[in-house]
Amino acid sequence: MKAGSNLEKVLTSGHFALTGELGPPRGANVEVIRKKAAFLRDKVDSINVTDNQTSVVRMSSLAVCKLLVDMGLEPNLQMVCRDRNRIAMQSDLLGAYALGIRNVLCLSGDHNKFGDHPQSKNVFDLDSMQLLAMVKKLRDEGRMLSGQECDGVPKFFIGAAANPFGDPFEFRVTRLAKKIDSGVDFVQTQCIYNMDKFRTYMKMAHEEGLTEKCFILAGITPLKSVGMARYMAKFVPGLEVPDYYIERLKGVEKNKQAEEGIKIAVEQIQEVREMPGVAGVHLMAIEWEERVPEIVEAAGLLPRPSVN
Amino acid sequence: MVVAERKPIEEILAMVADYRKILLVGCKGCVTVCCAGGTKEVGILASALRIARKKEGKPLEVVEHTLERQCDPEYIEQLAPMLEGDGIEAVVSMACSVGPQYIAKRYVIPVYPALNTTFIGGSLEHGVWAEYCQACGNCIIHHFGGLCPISRCSKSLMNGPCGGSANGKCEVSPEIDCVWHLIYDRMKELGQLDKLRQVFPARDWSTSRDGGPRKIVREDLKL
Ligand code: SF4
Ligand code: SF4
Repeated sequence: MKAGSNLEKVLTSGHFALTGELGPPRGANVEVIRKKAAFLRDKVDSINVTDNQTSVVRMSSLAVCKLLVDMGLEPNLQMVCRDRNRIAMQSDLLGAYALGIRNVLCLSGDHNKFGDHPQSKNVFDLDSMQLLAMVKKLRDEGRMLSGQECDGVPKFFIGAAANPFGDPFEFRVTRLAKKIDSGVDFVQTQCIYNMDKFRTYMKMAHEEGLTEKCFILAGITPLKSVGMARYMAKFVPGLEVPDYYIERLKGVEKNKQAEEGIKIAVEQIQEVREMPGVAGVHLMAIEWEERVPEIVEAAGLLPRPSVN
Repeated sequence: MVVAERKPIEEILAMVADYRKILLVGCKGCVTVCCAGGTKEVGILASALRIARKKEGKPLEVVEHTLERQCDPEYIEQLAPMLEGDGIEAVVSMACSVGPQYIAKRYVIPVYPALNTTFIGGSLEHGVWAEYCQACGNCIIHHFGGLCPISRCSKSLMNGPCGGSANGKCEVSPEIDCVWHLIYDRMKELGQLDKLRQVFPARDWSTSRDGGPRKIVREDLKL
């Protein structure tokens, strides 16, 4: 065990893992977190807490992770390189560990241009690869990037994101290999809709032996409506929504589209589960946490394993 | 070269609103090449200022002059005869922002920048310039097929394209090429894709702006 988090235990004991996601509020309302967290309780093995996702200011991921710890839930601290330099990031990592946080997901972050503070000065002192190497150094060597020894070593289970649909496609597996070299333990992918492309990606990763070196969790985001599907297809860079999903959602009545979206998500979970090398699912129900229980139930993923 | 562009006329007019006579100084260096602050642009701005002020009924006298360079004290010195006496109340510099700082350092007179110094770049075609370098102080482009990920990737990523790279374009805008896509294509062409497989560790930014204002001392050139 590297960190002993629940997620690590579930994965290393060979269970099909399931992680969820919680987007903090755009304000200081703790109730929002309690409410969203309640839907995820006992339904997922660990909860990602996004870090100012889409560059919009939200309650700090670190603070929300601590709230989850207090509620007896396991958080996964997302950390982006956009807003902090290596000094601030290491400081937050040490603090996070002290507060009982055991999983960290290292990301570059969306560019600040599209958020609510496009006038801000971004940082990008490190890239995501360098961030995860830094977390590994803290954990395995007990040293900071500077070489300074830590008084108390933060033991994290280290995650990263992968987007099999970004271009150039052939480089995506290389990038995954680089993340493995840098020390990643688990990878959560971008939302997958184009199953064929994802299958090709997984096949390439599998053939290179990468799936044995880290746990890959396939990202699934249920579509709420045909409008959302169209929006994702058009405006989210590096995300592919094939036409047949749009057609399928268009084919049902407006008030039944949500059900259909959930059906699609359940099918997708079953599909990725069959793919060699997929160790779990990362369920990102964006602002739709209340529907997580039924998706997980329908996908036959309950009860969640309890591993000691 | 240093690429700059002229500030909007309203902003410059506001800067000189209280003066009756100014010296407008151009530069024959980079800003001439990027058509922002050479002799021609000095002439154009001078007339624009005169016309605007005449309309306001507060005529402005503009003395025009263009120096070989404004980033060199030797040339700045040449302004001395113009600034001693003659009633010039302020200087407006059309050089990159080194120029107005040099003038301010040498003369006790208000100095205003007429340009926005924008980036280190090159011209793509007539009238189009693009950023190619952020002067990070430790060039590494040979690892990336001669393309710069520090200045040309919107996130200065050193280990490959982010998840937002799509169809060769950057997530920031369809107008921006994803330099990581260009790097990939170029390395493929060169048969050097394996070079991109290595992990580039965290950079030492102390050679960049993060080490404080930089200075180069060449002992061999000192007199
Ligand atoms: S690596 Fe540094 S010096 Fe070289 S082009 Fe890029 S920013 Fe300029
Ligand atoms: S899309 Fe390409 S250029 Fe833009 S931030 Fe990502 S890697 Fe950099």
